[in-house]
Amino acid sequence: MTTTATPTKRRRKKPEKANLAKEAELASNRDLSDEDKIGFYDSMIRIRRFEERSLRVYQQGKIAGFLHLYIGQESIAVGSVSVMQENDHIITAYRDHGHGLAVGMTMNECMAELQGKATGCSKGKGGSMHYFATDKRFWGGHGIVGGQTPLGAGLAYALKYKGIKGCALCFLGDGAINQGAYHESLNLAALWDLPVVFVIENNGYSMGTSQERSSVHPKGGLAARAEAYNTNWANLNGESIFEIREGLTEAMNLAREKSKPSVVEIHTYRYQGHSVSDAQHKKYRTKEEIEDYRKNHDPVNLYRDYLIDSGILTAEKAKEIDNAAKTEADQSAKFAEESPFPAEEEILKDVYWEEDNPDQKVSEGRIFFND
Amino acid sequence: MPEITYRQALRDGMTDELERDENVVIIGEEVAQFNGAYKVTEGLLAKFGPKRIVDAPISEAGFIGMGIGASMLGIRPVMELMFWSFAYVAWDQMINNAANVRYMSGGQINVPIVIRGPANGGTGVGATHSHTPENLVASTPGLKVVFPSTPYDAKGLIKTAIRDNDPVYVMESTILYNDTGAVPEEEYLIPLGKADIKREGTDISLIAHGPSVKECLKAAEILAEEHEINAEVVDIRSIRPLDEETIINSVKKTNRAVLVEENKPFCGVGAQVAYMIQYQAFDYLDAPIQRISAIDAPAIYSPPLEKKQLPKADAIVKKALEIC
Repeated sequence: MTTTATPTKRRRKKPEKANLAKEAELASNRDLSDEDKIGFYDSMIRIRRFEERSLRVYQQGKIAGFLHLYIGQESIAVGSVSVMQENDHIITAYRDHGHGLAVGMTMNECMAELQGKATGCSKGKGGSMHYFATDKRFWGGHGIVGGQTPLGAGLAYALKYKGIKGCALCFLGDGAINQGAYHESLNLAALWDLPVVFVIENNGYSMGTSQERSSVHPKGGLAARAEAYNTNWANLNGESIFEIREGLTEAMNLAREKSKPSVVEIHTYRYQGHSVSDAQHKKYRTKEEIEDYRKNHDPVNLYRDYLIDSGILTAEKAKEIDNAAKTEADQSAKFAEESPFPAEEEILKDVYWEEDNPDQKVSEGRIFFND
Repeated sequence: MPEITYRQALRDGMTDELERDENVVIIGEEVAQFNGAYKVTEGLLAKFGPKRIVDAPISEAGFIGMGIGASMLGIRPVMELMFWSFAYVAWDQMINNAANVRYMSGGQINVPIVIRGPANGGTGVGATHSHTPENLVASTPGLKVVFPSTPYDAKGLIKTAIRDNDPVYVMESTILYNDTGAVPEEEYLIPLGKADIKREGTDISLIAHGPSVKECLKAAEILAEEHEINAEVVDIRSIRPLDEETIINSVKKTNRAVLVEENKPFCGVGAQVAYMIQYQAFDYLDAPIQRISAIDAPAIYSPPLEKKQLPKADAIVKKALEIC
């Protein structure tokens, strides 16, 4: 029996401070136009303002159930989606608003979905945790921790089966990495050379349990567990959208060109609770810790400062973009508010493909049992 | 019409669909090189190659979830479970993902997957390997579930299941795999949701699915020979969608019903069927509906007792006589 000399209970390691000006020169970033760069800021600030607005709507009692906010993690969805190509697909867990907006879903359909309205992206049938936009190759929005990871492997399997050079981007949180489904997916992805990139958005807490109290891992962090599956892995700093783009480009190219999976862990932080109903989030972490991330590591503000410092954007223009995002978020809240709830008949629609397409029925007999 | 086994009927049905549609792929433990734990997929690897017939590691949550994900992009995976008892380790994928993604996406997605394998007791493998989860699957909107009892039905139903655009879970029985029956060479499909009268009768309806259909047919012979009772045997075949019409018409004709299944009694398929009969044919019933299920305990190992735990012809005869 071999034993490890180092302790297995490790704290999450904070990465080196990002240097956006330097990382802007990495291969995947150096050809970006100013317009592209401003676009990333626009996408990130739109996610943030949308979510802040949704929190207010929640506090007004117009959103039921959970609301898992992404504030603090915006660089990951925007950076990753920005390097997707036409045959790439994306799937994530329940903290999905950022990914939805990043792939191009409208604030209106997203806000309406939160309020359970007929105009929502899923007609009000999915809610906050279950956004989908298959026309944008976004396959959810999945509520069970880790449950989406085999699906992500399946998207990759389908691409490979059809001989399409694409990649499946499968996001998960640090709380999902102990689920069996994730490990089974890693094994299958490596065993069958599936073009999938698992992106661990490591915000340090699986709900209220810190990483130290939930997950043993090698020195390299959570992603380094991929070693056991002969799978490439990397750690990235969520502060830097440029570093995310660089790391993801490399991993996705490996998937597209060599049909090899990867695991990419991105160090990030969420300022809000696990969900909005989790109001006691200060019980499991200190106020100082939250403030430190807000002040010194915020990916949106650091990026905005970089744009201003490098002369790509003026402070005034940045404010304009920010204000436009706030206005758009306000309008989406109004749109959602004024939208109708789904008609009662909708309860029985979208359950079976065949019921929704009666001309193409292959079944007889009764499918629904309501009396 | 050639006589073939239930096992071969399944294989022939899958072969037809593999030939017809290049998106059909068979994935499961031991399905390829080993030719199938129960030889249902024997010869398919040689015929279709490793891209279409795929050996999976023992990792049901992983490979079934993967199949569900692939089906969202239009692949039509036919996943073999070595036993339906192993479904529980993949339950989140099968119940949460396969059944719900269409609904939660407001109809953007459909999941054309088939999950198939044996779901029966009576083979001396103990409680962990003897589950019959058709009732659990049937109680999940978004899923369909069928249980063929003859070679003819096995072929017709597996073909329809593979072509269906919703998830269809096919339950089989290791006890039936060697049964033979007439199966036409020309193509045919059996729609889901269509029950079948396996024996016509006038005095009592024995309503069953899966291996219990055989026991009902035996019981019907005993009832005819020894008691001058002419029993009708209704094979439900498809549990969801359910052919209420055929069941109700049979009960309206015979005015008596015995519901038989290897499911456990509490919330079993028979509970739903009994409710449906009393609701739709109350005035036609001349006696209370009878039910026989497996005796309500985990599947016992001890072989002589296991035989007693599952409904057999003599017990069905006894129940029928109580209401005739």
